[in-house]
Amino acid sequence: MSDIQIWTLVFVGLSFGTYLTIAWRSRVRETKGFYVAGQGIPAVANGAAVAADWMSAASFISMAGLIAFLGSDGSVYLMGWTGGYVLLALLLAPYLRKWGKFTVPEFVGDRYSEYVRLIAAVAAIIVSFTYVVGQMRGGGIVFSRFLNLTIEGGVAVAAGVIFLYAVLGGMKGITWTQVAQYTVMIVAYLIPAWTIAQKMTGFPVPQVTFGQILDELNALSQEFGLEQYTEAFAVRPQLDVFLVTLSLMIGTAGLPHVIIRFYTTKSVRGARFSALWALVFIGLLYTTAPAVGAFTKLNLMQSVNGVAVDALPAWVNNWAATGLVTVSDSASTITTLSNDPASGADLIVNNDILVLATPEIAGLPAPIVGLVAAGGLAAAMSTAAGLLLVISSSVSHDLYFRVVKKPTSDSRRLLVGRIAMGAAVLVAIYGGINPPAYVAQVVAFAFGLAASTFFPILVLGIFWKRANAVGAASGMISGLAFTGAYMIYTLEVFGTSSHEFLFGISPEGIGALGALVNVVVTVVVSKLTTPPTEHVQEMVEELRYPARRVTSPVAETE
Amino acid sequence: MVDTERGSSPDPGPPPDNGWRQEYWKKNLRLMIVLLSIWFLVSFVCGILFIEQLNTIEVFGFPLGLWFAQQGSIYTFIVLILVYTLRMDRLDDEYGVAERDEEGRRL
Repeated sequence: MSDIQIWTLVFVGLSFGTYLTIAWRSRVRETKGFYVAGQGIPAVANGAAVAADWMSAASFISMAGLIAFLGSDGSVYLMGWTGGYVLLALLLAPYLRKWGKFTVPEFVGDRYSEYVRLIAAVAAIIVSFTYVVGQMRGGGIVFSRFLNLTIEGGVAVAAGVIFLYAVLGGMKGITWTQVAQYTVMIVAYLIPAWTIAQKMTGFPVPQVTFGQILDELNALSQEFGLEQYTEAFAVRPQLDVFLVTLSLMIGTAGLPHVIIRFYTTKSVRGARFSALWALVFIGLLYTTAPAVGAFTKLNLMQSVNGVAVDALPAWVNNWAATGLVTVSDSASTITTLSNDPASGADLIVNNDILVLATPEIAGLPAPIVGLVAAGGLAAAMSTAAGLLLVISSSVSHDLYFRVVKKPTSDSRRLLVGRIAMGAAVLVAIYGGINPPAYVAQVVAFAFGLAASTFFPILVLGIFWKRANAVGAASGMISGLAFTGAYMIYTLEVFGTSSHEFLFGISPEGIGALGALVNVVVTVVVSKLTTPPTEHVQEMVEELRYPARRVTSPVAETE
Repeated sequence: MVDTERGSSPDPGPPPDNGWRQEYWKKNLRLMIVLLSIWFLVSFVCGILFIEQLNTIEVFGFPLGLWFAQQGSIYTFIVLILVYTLRMDRLDDEYGVAERDEEGRRL
């Protein structure tokens, strides 16, 4: 066993031990009647939990690598996945907290009607499921590299661990475990980034210093036959960049497993502050990611530029075993580089390995490599657990219970939830082994679906009293159908053949248009049908005010 | 039009019936619109629509448009939410709708 593998096992073992200990201790306290996951979590902790819940394998493992290869156009992920929090904080979180229900379908059920709740539950399952597939793939890459497995084997191991973890530790969505996961994740991301920045620019703040290497990066990229790194719209047309960014933003604000988190705060004010802390914690990683992308790209190109095939650095062979790095048989020295297997370049590197391979490429010591692996797993696990929870609660709480319409016992519902989780994991293994795209892209599809279903009807439900059940139902269905249809049209999923993009719009960007369809349909249909009852309208009115009005100034109440 | 809360006079006695509600909500909406305009400006305008023009300006090695897209917009988003939370705290107090426990402490 190599040094790297030993250190990986040490860090993965230590971090998982910590999560399970915290989970177990929280449970013990709970049986004593101490409501840990109740509405008493400080905003800072809740913010860290949101950050861990939400930053997944896509953010941690895949994003910086995508940026390294997309260059300037990789910004869609940076702006899209952070800008959504502004929408969440201003338009949704405080109001949904005031409403005080526990899941998105529940809110929808109260605000609109029971059958809209069913549609929302189905949409929540589709969105979360797409998202889980991305996590399986991410976790699979980690295991396959560090346990010397094929990618299929890696995905199977990851699926097993995620399932166990969700059943054991994640069942109650324990906030403190996620706080620990955030800590592991951010430490694992920042330490190599600081070290590399120090090594390459002499100053350990990557956010500030990566500007210095951009010229060098542009020049070397051209030598390799790639676009200039800072060139805007080299990979995606401007319209597509705009739409993908918008889709990711409104998708973030509509993700059911993120919204759930804002119910655990003490107050409406707590929900606002949780969103603030969440973005601070997320921003720490997100402002580092483009620097990691740029540094790694430069390191990578410098370490292989013109090097003979039999003299390549060790990381190439280490990763070649996973099948995610390939050296062309016909090449004798490396002169071209690509992330596209069909490009015929001398060296083909899959985006998704870049962050995990960063310490190796930069020649950092083995413990750091192990730490990064532990961080990648923390990211995949925390998100997958949250997602499986949404799937199982939607199936057991919103679907099964409503459809069967018989009073069912708690234990039976729990069983149904667990079966749903197991089934989701099995199908996700298939998806993880045959992914339709890179991890961050698969995840972006989930955001597109969330954008076109939930976000519009939630915002309209809060800000427009006239929105009614028929409108919301037609809006969600048409948004989902529109977005889903375009994704299937442009991608090979489950055996369909792919078509050219229309107007250069990628399937990741279609969610923004789907959301527009949803809004238009909801508004038009609502206008044509009867308004919601007085009672519902009064409930919506009440959402606007955090508490009952105290008429005398607060300072004088005592 | 922009940035108005500061200038609003203190609550002029008990307002007629539910008039305060409209006033509170209007101020909330106005704050929201201002913040969302900035949100749109730093990301979509500076980071996408005019990125090529801004890229001709270079700051610390960064083409400015790229800097907005990969760094500046994220910092601005954090500041926007911070401003929102602080302003809403003040607005809630002004209209007496802040959540407080029995001793009048914030929840």
